[in-house]
Amino acid sequence: MSSIFSLTMLAETLRIAVPYACAAVAGVWAERSGIIQIGLEGILLTSAFVSVAVAVGSGSAVLGLLAGVAAGALLSLFHALLVERARVDAVVSGIALNLLAFAGTRMSLRGLFGSASNSPSIEAFRLGPTGASGLALLARVLCDPVTILAVIATVATPFVLARTRFGLRTRAAGENPAAAAMVGVDVPRVRYTALLISGAICALGGVHLAFDQHRFESGMSNGRGFIALAAVVVSGWRAERAVLACLAFGALEALQIVLQDQAQRTTGSDLIQLLPYVATLLVLGFAAGRAASPRGLGKHADS
Amino acid sequence: MSAPRSDARAPDVLRPLLPALLALFGIVLLLNLISFAFGEAPLATLRHAVAGTWGTPYGIGQVLFKATPLIFTALAFEIAMRSGLFNIGAEGQVALGSLVGGVVGAHLPAGTPWPIAVTVCVTAAAITGAAVALIPAVMRARLGVHEIISTIMLNRIVEVLLPFLLVTVLGATALRTVDVVPGAALLKLDRIFPALRGSAASVAFPFAVALAFGVDALLRRTRRGREMRWIGINAAACRAEGIDVPRRLVQAMLLSGAIAGAAMMATVLGYKGYYELGLGAGAGFTGIAVALLGRGHPLGIVLAAVLFGTLQQAGLAVNARVPKEAMDVLAAAVIILVAVANRAAAKPPVKVIEPEPAAPVVAS
Repeated sequence: MSSIFSLTMLAETLRIAVPYACAAVAGVWAERSGIIQIGLEGILLTSAFVSVAVAVGSGSAVLGLLAGVAAGALLSLFHALLVERARVDAVVSGIALNLLAFAGTRMSLRGLFGSASNSPSIEAFRLGPTGASGLALLARVLCDPVTILAVIATVATPFVLARTRFGLRTRAAGENPAAAAMVGVDVPRVRYTALLISGAICALGGVHLAFDQHRFESGMSNGRGFIALAAVVVSGWRAERAVLACLAFGALEALQIVLQDQAQRTTGSDLIQLLPYVATLLVLGFAAGRAASPRGLGKHADS
Repeated sequence: MSAPRSDARAPDVLRPLLPALLALFGIVLLLNLISFAFGEAPLATLRHAVAGTWGTPYGIGQVLFKATPLIFTALAFEIAMRSGLFNIGAEGQVALGSLVGGVVGAHLPAGTPWPIAVTVCVTAAAITGAAVALIPAVMRARLGVHEIISTIMLNRIVEVLLPFLLVTVLGATALRTVDVVPGAALLKLDRIFPALRGSAASVAFPFAVALAFGVDALLRRTRRGREMRWIGINAAACRAEGIDVPRRLVQAMLLSGAIAGAAMMATVLGYKGYYELGLGAGAGFTGIAVALLGRGHPLGIVLAAVLFGTLQQAGLAVNARVPKEAMDVLAAAVIILVAVANRAAAKPPVKVIEPEPAAPVVAS
């Protein structure tokens, strides 16, 4: 049992939590500005693919990171335009984005790399000490540039939302768009900006996912965007709590990996994979009814 | 007050057709772009796509076969959506329903006459689908948990459970169930129309079409259905009116899950004769696109399902040149196009700015 309380476990928890936390913070940005965003899954997947494709093509992980983030931001902006300008139902738009990302990445995988399952492997970033000890593992996780960017975005989000003029406008657009518009806030513009930020942060999660595996795998986001969305709901749309929920989730998944190592070859060990999903359902059942969503979520300034 | 504005606008008759036309146009355009990107001559791809679907009687049969489960899943999404719910869980409901229906079909006595065998199998599948939908339904109606997240979580749960059930519980070696009894296999359409020979279309297709009209009648003509639709329009008003909203929401979700589960008619009973992992996968999500394109009309849903069935069959026809995933990209694009076009079609043509009434002159 000592393997459960160790530096390895801590490092694994952090590493696993990064994509969840990025997607959750992205969800907070989108939904606090008033736009329902269930397309986080698609953004994770798209940015993961684009970052790997560009990294393979250019041989540069930095370019891959930038391209992945740009792709995520643009996809998110596209969602905002569909919802704000074309007045498409945000849930429908989100479903379409997820489908588009899932099918689009699979199609491009075949087109670019001639494979149905995964891309060739990439170098990504290899910083920090080598070695298999828990401390070295932790140091490597903390040295990873994508993780550092993700941590910065995660820490900055509650501050920006609570303390800056733009954050105030974002929250105003999400709480009462009509009133915000009346006092001169350009609600659509605020929402476009918020969704750009949201997409970029979510994309960090996607890039992390791909760089961590050193390649892209078909459908590799594996429901993380939806679990992050659950974290947003459970946290009552507060970034810092959502991140805590994601860390708890990371711990759960790290535990699952540890347990699966130990429980190998025993009956029903596959069922441990159910853990994250069942836990999400349970937590939602206990907490969701009490959390209050932004009051202007899904509303427009002029209706 | 305002004169009818007929100038330079599509006539009103055409407006409902606008989304469908735009979808077709978008599909052709996007397919051309994709084949161009894959270095194929666009027209040749298009020709292959058409030849592989509507070009032969066999192709037509395959299109109808591919369309059948989509009608079921689209109806499942439709019922929930009319009640203001998003049932994204059809994927898992179809899968577990197919497994259970297949297992039940395999365990019937060998000589069971077909009316009983088919009814028992489909009922078992429908109950299973409803059972999968029960959890999100109750969580939504009683605890206020949004069904989008919970149905997606259940999709993942079913996805993990299926191989476990097949291998550990049923002891299957090839990730498939045992063949169903002969009585449970549905009549293939080529028995009635010999031209369709070899295609997998079965009587599940006419049944699905009838079901589409049945669901429409349920939503329009019964008290239960009307209340569901009212809840979709304004739940608060229904609550004030004394309608048991949570109860109706649960019912809508259960019905939705049951219809999704019954989609196994087309795949397990109508085609394979057994369930194997991945059979019918993807129908849940494509059904959403079908329901959105069908716009709440039974015939619309059937036609939209045939359109998507065509896309899927065309995907197989062009797979050597363009990956068949291209057709899923088209499906996603259609959802977006149709959603935009639906809004455009529903929007009042021009906003008329009424002149401010002159302030009444008060005699001083």
